[in-house]
Amino acid sequence: MGKLGVVAATGGAVLVLALAGWMRPGVPAAQGGGTISGKVKFTGAKPAMPKIDMSEEPKCKAKYTAAPPTEETVVVNANGTLANVFVYVKSGLPATYKAPAPAGPVTLDQDGCRYHPHVFGILVGQPLAIKNSDGILHNIKAKGTKNRPFNISQPAVMTSDRTFTAPEVMVPLECNVHGWMHAWLGVLPHPFFSASGSDGSFTIKGLPPGTYTIEAWHEKYGTQTATVTVAGSETKTADFSFAAK
Amino acid sequence: MISALLLLALRAAPVPIPDSPFPLQDTTKGKAVYVKWCAGCHGDSGAGDGLAAAHMLPRPRNFTGAVYKIRTTASGQLPTDADLMRAIDDGLPGSAMPAWKGRLSDAERRDVAAYIKTFSSFFADTSQHVAALTFSSEPSGGTGANALKTGRQFYDSIGCRKCHGDQGRGDGPSAPTLKDDAGFPIFAADLHQSWRFRGGGSTGDIYHRLRTGLDGTPMPSFSDLIDQKFLTDEQLWRLAQYVRSLSPPEPPEVQDVIHAPQIAGPVPASPDDSVWGRVGRYWFPLVGQVIRKSRWFAPAVSGVWVQALHDGRTLALRVSWDDRTQSPDSAWLGFEQRVLETVAGDDSGPPSPKAQPWPDQLAVQFPRHLPESPAAMERPYFLMGSETDPVYQWRWTSTPRRSVAGLARGIERFDTLPGVVAGQARFDHGEWRLVFTRALATPDTANEVQLEAGRAIPVAFFAWDGSSGEHGSRMAVSTWYFLALDRPTPPGVFISPVLAMLVTLGLGLVVVRRAQGGRRGTVRAGRQR
Repeated sequence: MGKLGVVAATGGAVLVLALAGWMRPGVPAAQGGGTISGKVKFTGAKPAMPKIDMSEEPKCKAKYTAAPPTEETVVVNANGTLANVFVYVKSGLPATYKAPAPAGPVTLDQDGCRYHPHVFGILVGQPLAIKNSDGILHNIKAKGTKNRPFNISQPAVMTSDRTFTAPEVMVPLECNVHGWMHAWLGVLPHPFFSASGSDGSFTIKGLPPGTYTIEAWHEKYGTQTATVTVAGSETKTADFSFAAK
Repeated sequence: MISALLLLALRAAPVPIPDSPFPLQDTTKGKAVYVKWCAGCHGDSGAGDGLAAAHMLPRPRNFTGAVYKIRTTASGQLPTDADLMRAIDDGLPGSAMPAWKGRLSDAERRDVAAYIKTFSSFFADTSQHVAALTFSSEPSGGTGANALKTGRQFYDSIGCRKCHGDQGRGDGPSAPTLKDDAGFPIFAADLHQSWRFRGGGSTGDIYHRLRTGLDGTPMPSFSDLIDQKFLTDEQLWRLAQYVRSLSPPEPPEVQDVIHAPQIAGPVPASPDDSVWGRVGRYWFPLVGQVIRKSRWFAPAVSGVWVQALHDGRTLALRVSWDDRTQSPDSAWLGFEQRVLETVAGDDSGPPSPKAQPWPDQLAVQFPRHLPESPAAMERPYFLMGSETDPVYQWRWTSTPRRSVAGLARGIERFDTLPGVVAGQARFDHGEWRLVFTRALATPDTANEVQLEAGRAIPVAFFAWDGSSGEHGSRMAVSTWYFLALDRPTPPGVFISPVLAMLVTLGLGLVVVRRAQGGRRGTVRAGRQR
């Protein structure tokens, strides 16, 4: 490998790190430990998602030039995997486990009259920065039952911070001005969670050695669990598969 | 053992309320009150699922989540004890929740509030911070044109119209999609009926709701906007003042008689004729038709405003009412379906019908003829008469747009008459304005009421909002009221008071003279003794 190769590899690594950082904002990077990763497959006919009529909001509508926006209840990726599946450690952590202090807020962006991300996680006590990039009226309503609900108005480009006090999978978030806007937030007392992205994969890093129950949650298809034992810094694979209903 | 006893003692102890002016009381006694008076709607377990709940829209509160609409606390916070007491004492206008002050004793109301708090563990969680927000007092000048203009600017800029509509009648573009946290359909408030606001209709109440939001509903809190300097506290007050200005200064009082003044004619056939601005209007509340099957417990039209005038030959009757939709409206079909699925009809009746594109409708009802003697009070059955004693009605529908006159023999049967009634209607931002005109005297004296001046003419009203699934017996009804066609005022009316005054004055003087003369006489007589 020449000098160029090293540079490219380093650049690539930096890029991957940066991407990882971008994908998991505010969640402290785990030091060492075990890793559980896998893919969420999807079988059966891909359901057609209803188109969203954004004609009441020209500012949002203008952001979809290639294809009209559709609802995000079921997002099947090009490689046949399922996106927006929240995968997290449901049980198995030692009772003495203490989560590291959050590095910063998790950002939820309202852009193009949709939530970004659609499914995501946060630590108990970690600030959720709710950002309105659209600059039109959104209200953001959190409908937790273990956490107190809230409903605040954002009629302009602005950011509001809120925190959650109790573990809860999942807290539904919604906008009532735009009935199609939904997001799902998993509130956990530890950072061992991930959501499947556009390639259907997830990774949970930095796990202390142990045997864990991992749950995969999807807003339409429900939950599945797997039991995984990790030791040292090994990586174990846990794949999930959801079928069309 | 000791800790168990301690726990028990803690549980039985009255819930401590540090800063409440209403110390809540005994949860055991509260339970007895709850079971007797509250569980019928709110359910034994407090989940808002009592026997009557299925007929209601809005549904009774589910206490298990401790999510309350009317609070003085920030969005997401628990209500204060005073907030709970206010809901119990004053009720929630515009819903089935009555005011319990006067029906239950002070102690009973406090006990039941304490018991309601036991339905959710949030109230026992000491980490929950419960504190009323600090509210400023209302800035002066709230009814001035500039203040209202500022309020209106923020009404637009913070997007109130998205749900409440351009003119505030709850007909905004997002309104048909609204659901509460339990998934039940919910109406954006009609801001022209402040007397039906759940948390009260004063400017201060409105400001408080803007600050706190109505938790469990789509209505958010706007407090963050002040914190982030998007608007000032005073500007939020201006918005509250603007919203308040949309409703009448006082809640409408129901009067029994509609007075129809006589004008020089002809009577206005248009609902937007300027004459109507000078005629008194009368409010008649409507309620759901719950007597005959299929019953309807969630009437969409809460009442009608009625004005009338005549020119000696023709009567013009203007009925206006708030209705979010010009039905049928395809945008509201989903909402209509959810309403029909939410509001149970009869316990043993047919399943909820499928949503259909029903029109809006309005009916004005009279007896066929006035009673023989003006003093007689007999009237046909108010609910569209009966087979043997029909009523004469004017019926208007929005689609197809037409007005017909006919005889109703109960809810099911309506026979059109050839006689003419004209109707002109206009739908304007969530309000229907409809004018019926008809000759006072008609040839068919057997079936069509003859509208005689100076008589008390019984009249009743019915309304249907098609987009709320209202059709047939699913309607809003009134009881009988009266229409009185005033005679032109004879000149004698103005002269006789003056005459009467002079006569009274004269008689008074005579009486005083006599009395004084008599007393003098008595005194004299005494001296004589």
